[in-house]
Amino acid sequence: MPSGSPASTRRTLLAASAAGIAAGGLFAGAAYGQAAFAGGLAVRPFRVKVPEEALVDLRRRLAATRWPDRETVPDHSQGVQLAKLQDLVHYWATDYDWRKGEAKLNAFPQFKTKIDGLDIHFIHAKSRHPNAMPLIVTHGWPGSVFEQIKLIGPLTDPTKYGGRAEDAFDVVMPSLPGFGFSDRPTEPGWDLDRIGSAWSVLMQRLGYTRYVAQGGDWGAGVVAAMGRQAPSGLLGIHSNLPAVITPEVGAALGGDKSALAALSEKERSAVNDLGAYLQNGGLSYLVMMGARPQAVGYGLTDSPAGLAGWMLVHSGFSKWTYGADPKQSPTRDDVLDNFSLYWLTNTAASSARIYWENRNGSLISSADQKTAEISVPVAITVFPDEVIRAQEAWARRAFPKLIYFNEVDRGGHFAAWEQPELFSHELRAAFKPLRT
Amino acid sequence: MSSELSTTRRRFLAASATTSALAFATSAPADASGLVSEQPSGGGSAAPADRMAIRPFRVNVPEAELVDLRRRIKATRWPQRETVNDDTQGVQLATARELARYWATDYDWRKCEARLNALPQFMTEIDGLDIHFVHVRSKHENALPLIVTHGWPGSITEQLKIIDPLTNPTAHGASALDAFDIVIPSMPGYGFSGQPTTTGWDAVHIARAWAVLMKRLGYTKYVAQGGDWGALVTQLMAVQAPPELLGIHTNMPGAVPVEINKAALAGAPPPSGLSAEEQHAYDRLVFFYGKGLAYAQEMGLRPQTLYGIEDSPVGLAGWILDHDALSYEMIARVFDGKPEGLTRDDILDNITLYWFTKTGISSARLYWENKLPFFEPMHIAIPVAVSVFPDELYPCPRNWAEAAFPKLIHYNKLPKGGHFAAWEQPEFLTSELRAGFRSLRAA
Repeated sequence: MPSGSPASTRRTLLAASAAGIAAGGLFAGAAYGQAAFAGGLAVRPFRVKVPEEALVDLRRRLAATRWPDRETVPDHSQGVQLAKLQDLVHYWATDYDWRKGEAKLNAFPQFKTKIDGLDIHFIHAKSRHPNAMPLIVTHGWPGSVFEQIKLIGPLTDPTKYGGRAEDAFDVVMPSLPGFGFSDRPTEPGWDLDRIGSAWSVLMQRLGYTRYVAQGGDWGAGVVAAMGRQAPSGLLGIHSNLPAVITPEVGAALGGDKSALAALSEKERSAVNDLGAYLQNGGLSYLVMMGARPQAVGYGLTDSPAGLAGWMLVHSGFSKWTYGADPKQSPTRDDVLDNFSLYWLTNTAASSARIYWENRNGSLISSADQKTAEISVPVAITVFPDEVIRAQEAWARRAFPKLIYFNEVDRGGHFAAWEQPELFSHELRAAFKPLRT
Repeated sequence: MSSELSTTRRRFLAASATTSALAFATSAPADASGLVSEQPSGGGSAAPADRMAIRPFRVNVPEAELVDLRRRIKATRWPQRETVNDDTQGVQLATARELARYWATDYDWRKCEARLNALPQFMTEIDGLDIHFVHVRSKHENALPLIVTHGWPGSITEQLKIIDPLTNPTAHGASALDAFDIVIPSMPGYGFSGQPTTTGWDAVHIARAWAVLMKRLGYTKYVAQGGDWGALVTQLMAVQAPPELLGIHTNMPGAVPVEINKAALAGAPPPSGLSAEEQHAYDRLVFFYGKGLAYAQEMGLRPQTLYGIEDSPVGLAGWILDHDALSYEMIARVFDGKPEGLTRDDILDNITLYWFTKTGISSARLYWENKLPFFEPMHIAIPVAVSVFPDELYPCPRNWAEAAFPKLIHYNKLPKGGHFAAWEQPEFLTSELRAGFRSLRAA
C-alpha cells in the first residue's frame, strides 16, 4: 500500500467519514497505519471504538428482554430453544465483554475506502514474507469479519503454524456492504455482481496485480461473481459453499426417479440430506429476508435477544453447543462478538437486504450462479457439516475450470471460524498451483 | 414485570392455567372457585365439573404494563429506511414510525379495554386449555346462535363491530327475525385464551373444541363463521359436522380447484380455458404464493425464532402489518391520514392485544401445527354460504364455490373490502350473515 499522509489530513478524513459510519458516527477511527491515496480515493485507517453508552444500552435491553413462553416441543424444530437463548442472553448481559471483541479487531490493521459511493471497511494484514500471495476473503450472513480473523495468523505467518514461508498470504477481509463497519446501501442494486466488481476495485486500489479470492455463504456468491467477471489480476477462486446443484442434481432433489437413479450411493445420500434440510424448514429465515427484509428488521433492530434468536436459527449453528463445550470454536464469546457487531453497527435490516437483492437466484444453483461462465481456476473444499455436501462429480460439471477439490473430515458452514488451521491448510494447498 | 404485581396477582398467576405472564384479573364473584378449578391436577382439589365451569372474565391490564409499553415504543431503535420507494421490502419505515409515534402518545388502550369489558366475556377450560370468549345473547327470541372465529394476525377485536348489528338487528334497520346470539372465542394461543404448552392444537382440534364450547353453552342448533384461520376452523367444523351445526359462512373459502391450486403454487402458467374471473383469481393466487407467503412459511417452520416480536413492540407491529399486500397498503393509507374501513385505533387495539397477552409466538405456532392446505376444497356436506370481498387473498369465482361446496346456499360478491371483512366492512358482513343464514332458520 502506498504511504504518507500527515496527521491533520487523517483527522479530516476521519471527520468526513464519520457521517457514513454505522450507528450515526459512533465509531471513531484513530491513528493506525497510514492514510493513502490511489487514483484520488483515500484508504483511511480505521479502529473500532464503541462508545460506552452503546454498551450500557445493549446490556440494559438484554436485561429487560420480554420473553415468549417455552417452545411446545422438546427439540429445536420450532427454532432456537428458549432455555438456551435465555442462558446466552444472560451471559451476554453480564459477563460478556465487547471490549475484548473490539480488541480482537483492533489487533489488525483496518481501513475504510469509498467504492461505488459506499465506504467499505476491511482488514488488511500483510505477511512479512516476500512474495506472499494476496487473498481477499468474504464472509456471509449471519457472519462478519469475526468469522475469519482466526485465519490471519496461519495465512500471513505460516511458519509459525507448521506451514512454509512459500505458503504465505497477504490477507484482505472486507465487510460486505450493509454489514459491520461498511456503509449501508441506501439504494437498491448492491447484488453479488456489484459487490464482486467492488472487490476487484479494492484489490486494485491496494496495488495488487495478482491475487486470489475466497468465500463461503454469500462470500461464495461474491467469489463466483468475481470468477465470472475475471478482472485482470484475479488468478483463481476458492469456495466452501460452491454452486454445485446442476440441473441434473436439482431434478434428483425434486424427486425425479431417473435423475436419482443416475447418482452414486454417496451422491444420493447428499441429495437426501439436503432434501430433508429443505423439507424441514432449513431456509425459513432466507425466505422471509428475501421477501420482506424490512418486516424482519424492526424486531431485530430493536431487540438484541430477537437478533440473536433470529441468527441462531441458521443451520450453521445447529451443532453449536452454546459454550457447553468450551473447546468448540466458535466459542460463546466468538459468537457474541459477531452478534454484538451486528447490534452495535445497527445492520440487522441492512444485512438482511442482501437476500432481497439476490432473491431471484439460489446460492447453490449452478445455473443461477452461472458457474459455466467462470473463466478463472476454481478450488473447492467440502466441509462435512455444511448444509450441502458438494460431490466431486457435480463440481466437475458445474465448474469447468476446477483445479482442486477436497473433502475434509471436520467442520461445517462457518468453516473458517470452526477450523481455522484446517481451513488455512486448504487454502495453501488449493492455491499452490497458482503461485509462480 | 411480575415484580410489579401484588401478592394476590401473583397467586392468580401461579394458579392460572394460562401461561401468560400477565395478570388479567377477573372481578366477578365466581373468580375464587374459578381459580381453584384451575389448579393443576396435582393440586388434587379440582373436580371435573369445576374445570368445565364457565367463569366470567374481564380485562384489566396493570398500569405498569401500559407504562412499560410506552417506554419501549419511545426507546425503539430503528433500522434505516428501506432502499426502495415502495413496500416491496416490507413495512415502510415512515409508516412504522408514524404508527409508533401515535401508539406511544395518543393511543389509549383503556378505551379498547372498556369496549371489551362492555361485553360479557368468559373463560372455560376445554381439553385442558382455558378458552376465552365473548358471548352476547340477543333479546329476541329464536335468535340463531353463531360462533365467529378470527384468524392471524387478528383477534376478537376484529369482530366487535358486528356484535350489535347481529344481536340487536332492529336497532340497525333489520328485522327481529334476523337476530343472532353471538359467541366469539379467542383461538388457543391467541388473546386471552391459554397458550398450549404441548403440540396438537391445530385447526382440527380447535374446530372440535368449538363444538364442545357451543354444547357447553347449551346450544342445540347453531351456525359458524370465519375468515383466515377462522375460515379453516369453520370449514373443519363443517367437515366434522356435529349434529347441532346447521351450516357455515366463510369469507375466505377453500374452493380453489386442486389442479389450479397446484399450478398457482408452482407459479406455472394457468391451465387453459379459464374465464376472466378465474384468471383474475389465479393471478392473485400466484402473487400470494410467490410473493406474499413468506411470513407464513417462517411461522410454519420456525415460530420460536421470532423472539424479536415478543421483545419489541415495533418489531411486533412490523411483523403483524406485513400480512397481505392489499391490507398493508390500506393500513399504510390509514397511518398516512386517509379514511379507510379501519382506524389507527382499530389497528393498534389488535396489535396491543397481542403485546399485552404475549401471544406473538404462541399465535405463530398455529402455522407450525398446520398440515392442511388453506385453499383446496374439503369434503363438506352441510350448507355453506360464501361472501367474496374483492381484496381478499383471492376473490373466489362462483363456479369454484359451487364445485367446492355441494350445498352452496348463498354466494355474493361485495363491492368493497378485503381480508379483514368483519373489521373493515362490518355492515356488508352483517348483511351477508343475515342473508346467508336466513334459509337455515326454519330448520
